[in-house]
Amino acid sequence: MADPVYAIETENLNLWYGTFQALIDVNLKVRRGLITSLIGPSGCGKTTILRSINRINERLGYVRTTGKICVLDTNIYGEDIEISQVRRHVGMVFQRPNPLPLSVRENVLFGYRIHNTGKLAKQQADEIVEQALRQVLLWDHVKDRLNRKATLLSLEEQQKLCIARLLPVKPSILLMDEPCSALDPEATAAVEELIWDLRGTYTILIVTHNMAQARRASDECIFMLMGKLIEHSKTEDMFVTPSRKETADYIEGRYG
Amino acid sequence: MTFEATELNIRNKKMEKLFRILFLMMTLLLILPVLIIICLLLAEGHEALSVDFFLTAPQNGMTAGGIFPALVGTLWLVAIALLVSVPLGVAAALYLSEYAPDNWLTRIINLAIVNLAGVPSIVHALFGVGAFVLFFGFGTSILAASFTLAIMTLPVVIVSTRESLQAVPLAFREACWNMGATRWQTIRHVVLPNSISGILTGIILEVSRSVGETAPIMFTGAAFFLPFLPQSVFDQTMALSLHLFVISTQVPGVPEHLPFGVALVLIGIVLLLNSISIAFRMYLRGKKKW
Repeated sequence: MADPVYAIETENLNLWYGTFQALIDVNLKVRRGLITSLIGPSGCGKTTILRSINRINERLGYVRTTGKICVLDTNIYGEDIEISQVRRHVGMVFQRPNPLPLSVRENVLFGYRIHNTGKLAKQQADEIVEQALRQVLLWDHVKDRLNRKATLLSLEEQQKLCIARLLPVKPSILLMDEPCSALDPEATAAVEELIWDLRGTYTILIVTHNMAQARRASDECIFMLMGKLIEHSKTEDMFVTPSRKETADYIEGRYG
Repeated sequence: MTFEATELNIRNKKMEKLFRILFLMMTLLLILPVLIIICLLLAEGHEALSVDFFLTAPQNGMTAGGIFPALVGTLWLVAIALLVSVPLGVAAALYLSEYAPDNWLTRIINLAIVNLAGVPSIVHALFGVGAFVLFFGFGTSILAASFTLAIMTLPVVIVSTRESLQAVPLAFREACWNMGATRWQTIRHVVLPNSISGILTGIILEVSRSVGETAPIMFTGAAFFLPFLPQSVFDQTMALSLHLFVISTQVPGVPEHLPFGVALVLIGIVLLLNSISIAFRMYLRGKKKW
């Protein structure tokens, strides 16, 4: 099978929370291996899209979804889809770092453990931990604190750990919901650098409120408004020559 | 510019003081009965206490001797009640907290649990007679009495366990689910390890409560007087709480220090268990960080 160009494609995606329609006919295409940022004012449906792509939204009983979401050419809302596998291939990073109340080491191994049976040899476990932590540029900082509780790390370290724990199960897509909004400017820069580092290996879809962040840290940009996809273009094009008036107004800070 | 107190300020200050003292008095008034009870029991009952008191059976028509069979009986009753109510209660709490969708059925179940907690203990006793003694054919026995105690304490276990589970932040669960963990994996690896202290505390409190219960066991398995220890769960047994009731109201010629001594032991067990649970909670809370 040839590698698909698009990692995520939605087709006429509609979503209702009860009677409120949060997404209206969204057709989006996220290119594989790139960083795409989702921008738009609060309540425009950015986070809802993100949460639909690893099917975490369904946990709320009153959500109804129609349309298709294809991840690497497979409709994840189709039949014979195991949600656990969807979530394995589509990892998610939250606004507030949420490491589990376990040791740093066990946090990294958690995902691996739930997706693999049998006992994990110590040597293999060590390799997994080191590799994942190296990938998120955290290894040198925490290698002496692997058995400490992850909740004692700094917020920046916690957020990096939250990214690291997704990697051992080899996801293809990383969804990030304002991953830097709980961090100070320095930590934000560090995490952005990391995200840029992961580009290519993973397809990254990142929701952000921070226009400057979208501009400096993404390849493509999607602007949403009131549940609709308004514009999707290369980041430099969107910020220099937005094709829609709504986009221009938002980018210039006329609303938001 | 003057910052002197006006008349209104002075009046407000007086009222402030008045109410503070009033509420303080009310609070002290609440502690007073507890203090009086404990002091009175210590004063009147201390002479009954001795090693023999704990290790011998009542003698001379229960006017002398100790409480050994009653103490052992209470242990039996509480232990078996725990064996029944803890698995049931924790399982129910796990379902309600971790699996149950928020629909009308769940709400009715929650309502039922709250109401079950409010059922008078004598009603539980009669239910125990009907259900365990007669219908299931346990007879008046430790088993029947323990089951009745278990049913009575079940709502407490469920509510306290559920509260402990709910105290684990939702963010941890979301983190697990997002990695593809099932509900059970989430419970086993994250929710339970972080709520076990609260659950155990609730269970200890439940024990301390069932130690003192009299009504639910008096028709179902606790005996007036048995000089020997129960041999199996189908035997009747003496129990501390019922023994206290019997020697203070039903038996003539009991020396006064004896019921006070029994009451002292009973309240001692309860206070001890409560202190353990508090100490335990403080210890584990000190260790917990998130």
